[in-house]
Amino acid sequence: MTGGAETRGSRAGGPAAAAGVAVRGLSGGYGPGRDALRDVSFAAGPGQIVGVLGPNGGGKTTLFRALLGELPISRGDIELPGRPAYVPQTERARLDFPVSAFDVVLMGAYGRTPWLRRIARRDRDAARAALERVGLAGEAGAGFGALSGGQRQRVLIARALLQDAPLLLLDEPLSGVDGVSAERIEALFAELRAEGRTLLVATHDVRQAAAWDQVLCLHRRQIAYGPPAAVLGAETLRETYGAELIVLEGGDRAVGVGHHAH
Amino acid sequence: MLAWLTDPFASPIVQRALVELLILSLACGPLGVWVLLYRDAYAAESISHGMLPGLVVAALAGAPLLLGAVGGVLVAAAGIALVARDRRLGADVGVAVCVSALLGLGAMLALSPASPPRLQELLFGDLLGVSGGDLAVAGALAGGVLLALLAGHRSLALVGFDRGAAPSLGARPLRWELALLSILAVTTVAAVQGLGNLLLVALVLAPATAALTLARRLPIALALSVALAALAGAAGLVLSYHLEVAAGASVALCAVAIALLALVIPAGRLSHVHPAD
Repeated sequence: MTGGAETRGSRAGGPAAAAGVAVRGLSGGYGPGRDALRDVSFAAGPGQIVGVLGPNGGGKTTLFRALLGELPISRGDIELPGRPAYVPQTERARLDFPVSAFDVVLMGAYGRTPWLRRIARRDRDAARAALERVGLAGEAGAGFGALSGGQRQRVLIARALLQDAPLLLLDEPLSGVDGVSAERIEALFAELRAEGRTLLVATHDVRQAAAWDQVLCLHRRQIAYGPPAAVLGAETLRETYGAELIVLEGGDRAVGVGHHAH
Repeated sequence: MLAWLTDPFASPIVQRALVELLILSLACGPLGVWVLLYRDAYAAESISHGMLPGLVVAALAGAPLLLGAVGGVLVAAAGIALVARDRRLGADVGVAVCVSALLGLGAMLALSPASPPRLQELLFGDLLGVSGGDLAVAGALAGGVLLALLAGHRSLALVGFDRGAAPSLGARPLRWELALLSILAVTTVAAVQGLGNLLLVALVLAPATAALTLARRLPIALALSVALAALAGAAGLVLSYHLEVAAGASVALCAVAIALLALVIPAGRLSHVHPAD
């Protein structure tokens, strides 16, 4: 199952049958000669969490869009274990949309609900279970816009849970969320890893990524890929973040700083 | 008091006008909610006004209004794209310039002494002149709009709520954004006979504004918008009967009054019920 932007996984099989994600020599972007991302090659198996590091505009979201089949690909190919679920940055979410937390989670089942059919009772139950897993069972009826930033992030993750995808792409799920939410989200990552799902997590926090299985460093091209211990050296981080890197203590305590212009 | 409310509806002319407005409410009510959620209010106004010359030309040539609407929208879109290409101006100026020009052109054609009298209806509508045949056409178009909105409900919600994640959840944003604008064009054709090109926008946007202010869930907002549009229609007819003012304008003003009431009343009541985080 290869073939660039048109790659689509089948939903059948579930995470148990997943073979992980493999990207080979990927370059892509909008318009010829204007690749936003070049020379990306990595593979992550089932049950692996990959931290995707890089400055703003470094290509983290662009990589996700390529994996979602939404980016014109000029070279290389992508192998997916199935259709990925995508969790956008929470500050991109609409706060004025008249939906409850439960409504938002249920959107995860829209893709598999046949046209003009009601949403299956099984999916409604699954949506309730997903909210429980992110610790928001009591907020099911609350308006999405009335929740805190961390709670909104957890609702969007619950929506991805409902998609039951073998590969999850999370765009800065831990930036700017409260402590309770961050704790719950990280615990959930461990559960998803144990279920054999593959997680790609874009982050600004190098120390977070150091706790995961693999690290992918991007700065408009791939700088490095491998286990944190091998990748997170001072040289790689300097190459990844350039001037955005401000703290360097011996190489094992480095922090990338993101500038959020929101 | 009751007689004051029911008297106007003794006449079959006003009865037909009421049926026309109830039919239009079924299309305009939910459409307006989507238009506001897609932040397309400016586009809605622009599209319905920009297509006026197309409608007038179609009416003059005896062609179906829908054909004129499509042609008018295409001309307006091309004009907007052309003006917006000038970097000093930008898209907003492009829309404003083109729509004003097209509206002026359409009004000139419609109001010219050489044009048949029914053409003036394209501007302000003629609620009290609605015939049984007009009702059938409006009913078919409004029914189509309602069915399209119901069939596309989930995809429209995905794209409107979270455009970035919509493709991964099964809805293509561009397709549904264009679909909504197409549905708007059909609604314009459905409503132009009764309310006219200038006033129908009020029945699309004003009840929806009130519904979105009052409702916290999408299905409730959609249903409430229909109910408020119908209320504005009935109230507008009653007022127009007693005050002897134009029916279409009276309906439009009632719709706007409902929106203003909704915006003013709950502001103090709901602010402490839904605290920002």
